[in-house]
Amino acid sequence: MSRSRATKGSETAAVRRGQLNRETGNDGLGIRKTYKLYVGGEFIRTESGRADPVEAARGGFLANISRGSRKDLREAVRKARAAQPAWAARSAYNKGQILYRMAEMLEGRVDGFEKLLRDSRGSTAAAARREVRASIDRFVHYAGWSDKFTALLGTVNPVASSYFDFSVPEPMGVVGIVAPNAPDLLGLVTHLAPVLVAGNTAVVLVSEKHPLASLELAEVLATSDLPGGVANLISGRREELVPHLARHMDVQAIADAGGDPGVSKLLAQDAAVNVKRVRRYDLRDYESDDAQGLDFIEAFVEIKTTWHPIGV
Amino acid sequence: MSTITSLFDLSRVPPVDQVGIDERSAGLARRSIKKEAKRAGIRLAISMLDLTTLEGKDSEGKVRQLCRKAIRPFPEDATVPHVAAICVYPNFVAIAKDALAGSGVKVASVATGFPAGQVPLPVKLDDTRRAVNAGADEIDMVIDRGAFLSGEYDRVVDEILAVKEACGAAHLKVILETGELETYDNVRRASDLAMAAGADFIKTSTGKVTPAATAPVVLVMLEAIRDHYLATGRRVGMKPAGGIKTSKQALHLLVLVKETLGDAWLTPDLFRIGASTLANDLLMQLAKESSGRYQNEDYFTKD
Amino acid sequence: MATEIDERAARKAAITKFEAERPRIEFGSAWEYSPAPEAADIVRIQKRENLFIDGKFVPARSGRVFETINPPTAEVLSEVAEGGAADIDAAVRAAEEAHRKRWSKLKPAERGKYIYRLARLMQEKSRELAVLETINGGKPIKESRDVDVPLAIAHFFYHAGWADKLEYAFPRHRVSSIGVCGQIIPWNFPLLMAAWKIAPALAAGNTVVLKPAETTPLTSLALARICQEADLPPGVVNIVPGAGETGAQLVNHPRVRKVAFTGSTDVGKLIQRAIAGSGKRLSLELGGKAANIVFEDAAIDQAVEGIVNGIYFNQGHVCCAGSRLLVQESVAEKVIQKLKLRIETLRVGDPMDKNTDVGAINSRMQLDRIRELVACGVEEGARLHQSSCAIPAKGFFFPPTFFSEVAQSHRIAREEIFGPVLAVMTFRTPDEAVEKANNIPYGLSAGVWTDKGSKVFQITAKMRAGVVWANTFNKFDPASPFGGYKESGFGREGGVHGLRAYVELS
Repeated sequence: MSRSRATKGSETAAVRRGQLNRETGNDGLGIRKTYKLYVGGEFIRTESGRADPVEAARGGFLANISRGSRKDLREAVRKARAAQPAWAARSAYNKGQILYRMAEMLEGRVDGFEKLLRDSRGSTAAAARREVRASIDRFVHYAGWSDKFTALLGTVNPVASSYFDFSVPEPMGVVGIVAPNAPDLLGLVTHLAPVLVAGNTAVVLVSEKHPLASLELAEVLATSDLPGGVANLISGRREELVPHLARHMDVQAIADAGGDPGVSKLLAQDAAVNVKRVRRYDLRDYESDDAQGLDFIEAFVEIKTTWHPIGV
Repeated sequence: MSTITSLFDLSRVPPVDQVGIDERSAGLARRSIKKEAKRAGIRLAISMLDLTTLEGKDSEGKVRQLCRKAIRPFPEDATVPHVAAICVYPNFVAIAKDALAGSGVKVASVATGFPAGQVPLPVKLDDTRRAVNAGADEIDMVIDRGAFLSGEYDRVVDEILAVKEACGAAHLKVILETGELETYDNVRRASDLAMAAGADFIKTSTGKVTPAATAPVVLVMLEAIRDHYLATGRRVGMKPAGGIKTSKQALHLLVLVKETLGDAWLTPDLFRIGASTLANDLLMQLAKESSGRYQNEDYFTKD
Repeated sequence: MATEIDERAARKAAITKFEAERPRIEFGSAWEYSPAPEAADIVRIQKRENLFIDGKFVPARSGRVFETINPPTAEVLSEVAEGGAADIDAAVRAAEEAHRKRWSKLKPAERGKYIYRLARLMQEKSRELAVLETINGGKPIKESRDVDVPLAIAHFFYHAGWADKLEYAFPRHRVSSIGVCGQIIPWNFPLLMAAWKIAPALAAGNTVVLKPAETTPLTSLALARICQEADLPPGVVNIVPGAGETGAQLVNHPRVRKVAFTGSTDVGKLIQRAIAGSGKRLSLELGGKAANIVFEDAAIDQAVEGIVNGIYFNQGHVCCAGSRLLVQESVAEKVIQKLKLRIETLRVGDPMDKNTDVGAINSRMQLDRIRELVACGVEEGARLHQSSCAIPAKGFFFPPTFFSEVAQSHRIAREEIFGPVLAVMTFRTPDEAVEKANNIPYGLSAGVWTDKGSKVFQITAKMRAGVVWANTFNKFDPASPFGGYKESGFGREGGVHGLRAYVELS
């Protein structure tokens, strides 16, 4: 079979009809991929049996995604909870290695991610390239923080009695992340990496509008030595999922970068059920160096102060 | 190897937290002892005194004068009780016994190569027997701190057992010399060991080493006595000695006893204070309480 | 068969005999302490106390007043103006103007000097403040004199020094103040909590409107007088007494930029919900049900002191109180025996007596709640132990109490009693201890008692609590961050971490 030399316009039309495999441009019947949820280190279909089609930026069918349900969310929190102590107990050095591994695995799939950003969000080639590069750099940035933030956020406190008194950051536990709709890939990495490096496990509601790159990132996570359950990615509809995340009694904190003030307000109200820590983010420029750093880690640690007598 | 050593189970000696003991002791030092409580406390403290002279220059004259003080500490006030005992070197036991005859004041003698205890065991036993034969009611022995600190607990126990035997009917006070033991853990361990070996009293210090009877050390020993009593039913007495100079210190010690061991120990039979100059401060405070005037030391006899 | 029964009967008889002859320690009257009342005449309480707004004492626009009492006698000490919506509004506006025009423009070092001045003035009035705290709150004078007041002063001294060093605390950031802080404090440590709130807020350049608790407004108002005496610019500190309604008005006032609350978890959640989406900053210091874990290798006597300090300090009206005791089974009997002895020596009574260890319960309402939960503990089958100490016939008092044979599921093991009542449970292994200690929605504090260093580090690290005391309990210091995990709130007070709650970083 000869390789199609169809014009761009007719190719798009063919893709829309589902007749053309957009990967190869072959005339053969395309495989319509359904992206699954990433929960507990496994790729699972939603228990609800629902899927939503995702359109390409320029129109037309791109792929199906699972429309995650509250039960999927519950399962994700359960897995995140189960994985948290062991993840936190790993050495800082090891956590740093794993984050660096994520960068490596992403680096190996740069082309695919760039294409996905172009197709799904309509990013220009240059913008897609910048975003993927920035995502890799962000993982590298936080990989390096792993064995350093404790020294910067911890203190030895000079109390006026015969005690050794020190404060150290500890993970909060399970952190919910409402990722921004865009930039979907860099936004996810920006909020996920600091949460993980602090020793938390995460349940992420990925970009509702552009979920594909995030779900694709799950494949990076799955192959980068990150233990199952440490990061869980759920696609689906915000209005359906956010209240359950916000009210979940086993979620200790939420990074809310969803960008919708109405949803954020409801989230913040619901979060009071178990005194969740909520950090709202409204970042203008995710590629900027201001979108990373110690503050992002500090937001998801608890400070524990320990006292011990000094004597013989 | 003594049989008692196996009774002294080192693993059952509890650890002592230094900061915790210091804080508890300091907390009890803040008890406010005023008015009637102060007067009663001072009288009680006087009745618990082991009036002590342990000097190279001690003489018959000095000892006889001290005995007069022991019998009537405050000639101006007949209601002030006599002290519990006179504490002297073995050479002066017979003299003290004579001077105190019929007074109710007991004679305690240091023995066993006081204060260092660095003489052979037969000498220690001989020292003890001679003091007892001379009429001592009580023997204040020193433990071999060198042996204790090098972990030779058997030896320490054996010596106490042997001295106890040599005491016969005389009461045995075992001096730990806490200033040389340094840590509260050691004080606790030595206390338990001495009690297991049959001490009638445990005593902090010789008075020749500082620090001596600090309040936290006394508290550690009182807690050991309490635990020994709860475990065995036997009441061991306590004698802080060394560095106790003021009424305030003495009252603080009584507070420690009251709130650790309770009423049963608030008697000269089970609590003594070894001191030489404390008596006058107690008397001055007593005079101040009754007169409302601050006192001058020349109104009180220095013996 | 018959022999077996005989043996068992003989063993039982032997145990009974042993129990009967068991050595007993009596804490009686061989030598009694005389009454040692602290002189009360150092304070003159005004019959009528007003609100402190914009540097002046003013009657409430609401026209309402409430009575504040001396808990042990229920004697009315003063009629206190109760802030209403208009008063809160006036206070917030005064604070906002003071922030805009004066306090945020002041050179940081000068700001620090004002705070030093407050600290020094408090020091000079420490006796008066201690007496006032005890009269209005019912806590023993020993504690207000040796703990509350010195710590409150230390908080001002500590934070004064931060005023011109904030950039060092937050490197790579531009540090600015937030604005008006609405602060609500409880009745258990009235002056100390006011210090914890006001000192860091002022150091960071904010101004405050503070609402003291309804039952204990007097030391906050005394602090207001000190602010006047220190010539603190008007409006920088405003004190508006009142109850829950006043607090709600403060929290919801649109010009309040930061809310700091210490109190119950229920109210904390209401506040978190109320200000959701408003952009207001929030720090919460809420309830607790701390576990004190005693391992068999602990220094038992000091552990018992820690347990006593943990639960009977301030009548147990302490959010971080060690209200659950987890003791290893091998030493449980010994610990309980010692605890029983120890509570016999606690002196319950007149808070003004310098030898009183446990003072008056703060209010009738609180006393009723304690009684209810203790009755519940008895009903649920736990074994009650109470000190036989004499309790004053008048006033609100409750004897030092603990329950043994408590199960995790008992109400007394799960609910914050906020009184001198301890629930004792046992465990067998370290894992079990950790699991039980963390098995509670709160996470404010915890205690760990062991003589083994490596165990200290592992077990303290496993506690899901913001403050962990190892081989000690209930220690506080302005340099040491304090605050909770989980439903015990968020944000820290004290130390570098405490400053974070009062600065805006960019």
